[in-house]
Amino acid sequence: MSRVAAFEIEYVQYMDESGQALADLPNWATEVESLEHAYKWMLLTRLFDAKAVALQRTGQMGTYASCLGQEAIGAAIGLAMHPNDVFVPSYRETGAQLIRGSRMRDILMFWGGDERGSNPPIANQDFPVAIPIASQCLHAVGVATAFKYRKQNRIALCAIGDGATSQGDFYEAINLAGVWKLPVVFLVSNNQWAISVPRAAQSASQTLAQKAIAAGIDGVQVDGNDYIAMRDTLDQAIEKARSGNGATIIEALTYRLSDHTTADDASRYRSAEEVEVYKQKDPLLRLERHMRVAMGWDEGKQQSLKEQCQQQIEEEIQAYLTAEAAPPTEMFDYLYESLPKVYLKQRQQLFDEWQQHLGAREETVDTDVKESDHV
Amino acid sequence: MSKITLVEAVNQALEYEMAHNNNVIILGEDVGKNGGVFRATLDLQSKFGEERVLDTPLAESMIVGTAVGMATQGLRPVAEIQFMGFIYPAFDQIINHASRLRNRTRGRLHCPLVIRAPYGGGIHAPEHHSESTEALFAHVPGLRVVIPSSPLRAYGLLLAAIRDNDPVLFLEPKRIYRMVKQEVPNKGEALPLDECFVLRSGTDITLVTWGAMVHETMKVAESLALQGVEAEVIDVATIKPLDIDTILQSVEKTGRCVIVQEAAKTCSVGAEIAAQIAEQGLLYLCAPIQRVSGFDTVMPLFKLEDYYMPSENRIYSAVKQTMEFA
Repeated sequence: MSRVAAFEIEYVQYMDESGQALADLPNWATEVESLEHAYKWMLLTRLFDAKAVALQRTGQMGTYASCLGQEAIGAAIGLAMHPNDVFVPSYRETGAQLIRGSRMRDILMFWGGDERGSNPPIANQDFPVAIPIASQCLHAVGVATAFKYRKQNRIALCAIGDGATSQGDFYEAINLAGVWKLPVVFLVSNNQWAISVPRAAQSASQTLAQKAIAAGIDGVQVDGNDYIAMRDTLDQAIEKARSGNGATIIEALTYRLSDHTTADDASRYRSAEEVEVYKQKDPLLRLERHMRVAMGWDEGKQQSLKEQCQQQIEEEIQAYLTAEAAPPTEMFDYLYESLPKVYLKQRQQLFDEWQQHLGAREETVDTDVKESDHV
Repeated sequence: MSKITLVEAVNQALEYEMAHNNNVIILGEDVGKNGGVFRATLDLQSKFGEERVLDTPLAESMIVGTAVGMATQGLRPVAEIQFMGFIYPAFDQIINHASRLRNRTRGRLHCPLVIRAPYGGGIHAPEHHSESTEALFAHVPGLRVVIPSSPLRAYGLLLAAIRDNDPVLFLEPKRIYRMVKQEVPNKGEALPLDECFVLRSGTDITLVTWGAMVHETMKVAESLALQGVEAEVIDVATIKPLDIDTILQSVEKTGRCVIVQEAAKTCSVGAEIAAQIAEQGLLYLCAPIQRVSGFDTVMPLFKLEDYYMPSENRIYSAVKQTMEFA
């Protein structure tokens, strides 16, 4: 008998939980600006994320998928990609979306039940968040196919979770990425839970990164709560894809500190003790500790950054809450490039019902005014 | 000009558009060197190269999902699903993504892609190769479903589908791939989508049909003419969105209507047409609408296939009943 295949999966980590460097850092990570810039986005993401949950809790927004605990991944994606690359996200990528040009009000609008939130004022061709799991992996390979055909120096980056690696579309996508040597990166945020199903019940594979091996592409595992490791690994995978050397699966080990969404209650299926363990691995704490030791980051800087973020968030929330409603007829207006005439009647019906509704509301207001006049 | 078959007309349209637009890319299983199992993409890879005629791995969801991604970059992918019976793994990509990307991004991204698939029975094929499930797709908002019934319409409608800026499911009735030949001028002229074609004018009864059944229906119309009954025959062609106005105008004139389809009867495109006539044209009718269709059974293997398929007899007897209704 002889061995026909063997493989190993590398694990990348630069900082321990206390922010202590475990190895020589890449050059960029010794520059104050680089890390402060990343930390700024991570903190903004965290504070905004908490506000988004609060808006849902107070009935001012719909169901929301928090990215609490996964901020290092979002910042690394957002800062590693070039503006004209294409980001193909899942629904837990608020941090990267913000860096890629979505405004906080756009993200709130989407989760607030308004399609306009998926049409942010961005120049790139990023995809809106994909709610069906792993389906977007194929869009990323399609985008990458177009880049390759046109010999463009661009890459597609697809973000998914650990649960998505069980889906057929994931396997079909990595398979094509391998066989066509496409400029694409698959980033798996392994946050240990797919709603209530733990990582161990999702796959018997020792790592999710090694799923790459069967597709003939590279796979690497990284500490997803270590911004420096995250960014460094992404930079390399993106550079490899951009230079025509094919796709990579990055398995980022992290933890979903939040419920699956605001409609979920994670205490039904996991212990508080487990969550406590992972709180010690918090990506923001880790980077902050590192910056305090290595770069003179202090409480004053921390406070002033926090205030700056909070002010920005408040402005965006106000913009979201006061945004003018879209006319309901918009549901017809983007169905096709131009609405087939057979649907004009339905659109008119909706328009009439809307006008009646508006009229009825005005009448109600009028009546109120008269009653108060009597008083 | 030599006459060509429907499948040759598909090939001719693909070749024309590829020659005139570098963004048109073909992808699918066996579409390259093999030229497709029905030869619809014959010689296109040798003419346009392996970058533009892509043999894919064997995975239908991947074919459509990849085409969605390509389309958002301004390419015009023409994806082939080898048989309609194998399209279902791609349902999610068609319904959740291709058909709604324009809407969900409020026009920021859109999906100019064509999915071609041979469909329908009558060629004694193995299991899963003969169904007519067009109604499943006609239900989907944001999608177009187009079915040609002749070489001329295959050429003109496929060009229109490729040039359209929204996704089109282009179903090719494989039973008539090589049944008739027509002269098809290769001038790149598209035919209109979203419109029925009136193939035969008549004043006594309206026969509404599409795909391969157009041929049986036309034969019935011709034999009716010998008996002094002038049938108007409408080829629906684009079943989604449905050009009900042309059908209603005809029914207003004739007062009688028979719908002929190969698909199973319940919740079919024929059911939708009948419902719309009932909603908007009930008072035009002198007789109940009849649907001639396949049965609400699983499509049988080919020994029983002929019993399943609507025959000229089945059509004729429905027409007779409709004409005789007092």
